Amino acid sequence: MANVSSASGPRDLRAAGLSMSWTARIGWLLLVAYVLYATSILDFSFDRFVVGLENAADLIGRMFPPLFSRADLRDLMYRGLMESLQIAVLSSAFGIILSLPVGVLAARNLMPGWVTWPARGLIMLCRSFHPIIVAILFVKGVGFGALAGILALIVASIGFIAKLFAEAIEEISLKQVEAVRASGANFMNVLIFAVLPQVNARFIGFATYQLDSNLRNSTMVGIVGGGGIGGTLLSAFGRFDYDYVCAILIAIIAMIMVGELISQRLRALFL
Amino acid sequence: MSTTVESLEREWSRFTPAQRVGRYFTYLIIAAAVVWALRTVEIIPEFLADAPEQMLDLFQRMWPVDWSHYYQTDGMGVHHALVETMHIATLGTILAVIMAVPVGLMAARNVTPFGPANFLAKLILAASRSVNSLVWALLFVAVFGPGPLAGTFAIAFRSIGFVGKLLGEALEEAKSGTIEALQATGAPWLSVLKIGYWPQVRPAFWSIAVFRWDINVRESAVLGLVGAGGIGMVIDTSLNTFRWDRVAMALIAILIVVLAAEILVTFVRKRIL
Repeated sequence: MANVSSASGPRDLRAAGLSMSWTARIGWLLLVAYVLYATSILDFSFDRFVVGLENAADLIGRMFPPLFSRADLRDLMYRGLMESLQIAVLSSAFGIILSLPVGVLAARNLMPGWVTWPARGLIMLCRSFHPIIVAILFVKGVGFGALAGILALIVASIGFIAKLFAEAIEEISLKQVEAVRASGANFMNVLIFAVLPQVNARFIGFATYQLDSNLRNSTMVGIVGGGGIGGTLLSAFGRFDYDYVCAILIAIIAMIMVGELISQRLRALFL
Repeated sequence: MSTTVESLEREWSRFTPAQRVGRYFTYLIIAAAVVWALRTVEIIPEFLADAPEQMLDLFQRMWPVDWSHYYQTDGMGVHHALVETMHIATLGTILAVIMAVPVGLMAARNVTPFGPANFLAKLILAASRSVNSLVWALLFVAVFGPGPLAGTFAIAFRSIGFVGKLLGEALEEAKSGTIEALQATGAPWLSVLKIGYWPQVRPAFWSIAVFRWDINVRESAVLGLVGAGGIGMVIDTSLNTFRWDRVAMALIAILIVVLAAEILVTFVRKRIL
């Protein structure tokens, strides 16, 4: 009686509302079967989980109180955070500047196909790899240090901002473009007076979002040698200095939250 | 009609003086920040001059790609690690959704009309999001030891914030009509959730889940760099032995999987929404 018949009484309706359809049941069953299969493949067991809980209690015990008191470590942390901030600022600045032309070139309503395809390919390539993987390649290319991190995050910024910017341009109203073009404007004039005013607000939204994202990732590229606080964090983990790890994590989270607050203010001012 | 003339002669401007000062001030701050960063950042000029040569060397070492490393019978090849990465991403997403649903319910002000609970839920979500997945991975490697278990938990804990935040927002957008009707009949809260909220947020729910899965496929590819299982482990081993041809193999595999996942997710989301 689970299916709603043509002469459905109140009882049938309730049954139809509360019980799952057969396809949904099979779907959930498949999901459960997958979870059981995957956990057995990856060798997860309840025992490991219990041992892990004990380790977690130990870890948390060793993380508190966080170690802020040693001056040399505090100095190291400060330098790492400042380098992360430099990486975030520079990669955002160059990333935003570079994604403007790339985004325009990738917009299919402004450019012919032979221009958009290479531009879209570049964006796709920039987006496909995690910034950390890109950072590995740049560490090999330009050596350890902030430059590798900056270049990796520029790539990530182009992948994100240029993609969304191109999509925003593709959604603009063409009436204004036609009007400006009818007045005899050249391509740059069309771009400045008809296209950019329509996408300005969204571009600022993307840019400030990427600024937050770059700030987050700039604290991580150090794990593979790309400069910033990440290297300090990884070596603290390696030395089991969990109280120092905790101090660094608190500092990172504080920096990211202040950064988000600032970029929110910026957005409010410009939108 | 002197008033009209006066008002026409007024100088019109798009922004108030305060807004204008604010904008100039912002430009100034941005310019100052960029200049400060450029002047103080430590870039070694020799490294920079050497960069084109090194990049060329990198590609020469990557080519020819070690295709044979894709499948190794000892289970150390790319294939095995790639499957592990997909399992980490999928199990991590499932675990994240399971944990995020109660937090999302608690964060939605119309579902839980209790301020402190909303605040607590938002705090959990913010904490989950502000710790990077690599940091979660480092923590869970310390807890569970190296391997995919740590990776799965890292992905799950990182995703709670994303899934819970979007789910909470979807719940808050649900229309109150059905819900009030249900409450008026005296329905218990579980029924209100199931019949009132669930049908309204179901498309958003599945859309959020598959979207996060797509992100997690990318993220789980790097967790191995800190020992949390998956294809990142292969990259790490190959890097340590300078086998760039094997790194290239792993990167190509990641590229294909990421693109396939994105196409799949775009297709699924079109069907759902």
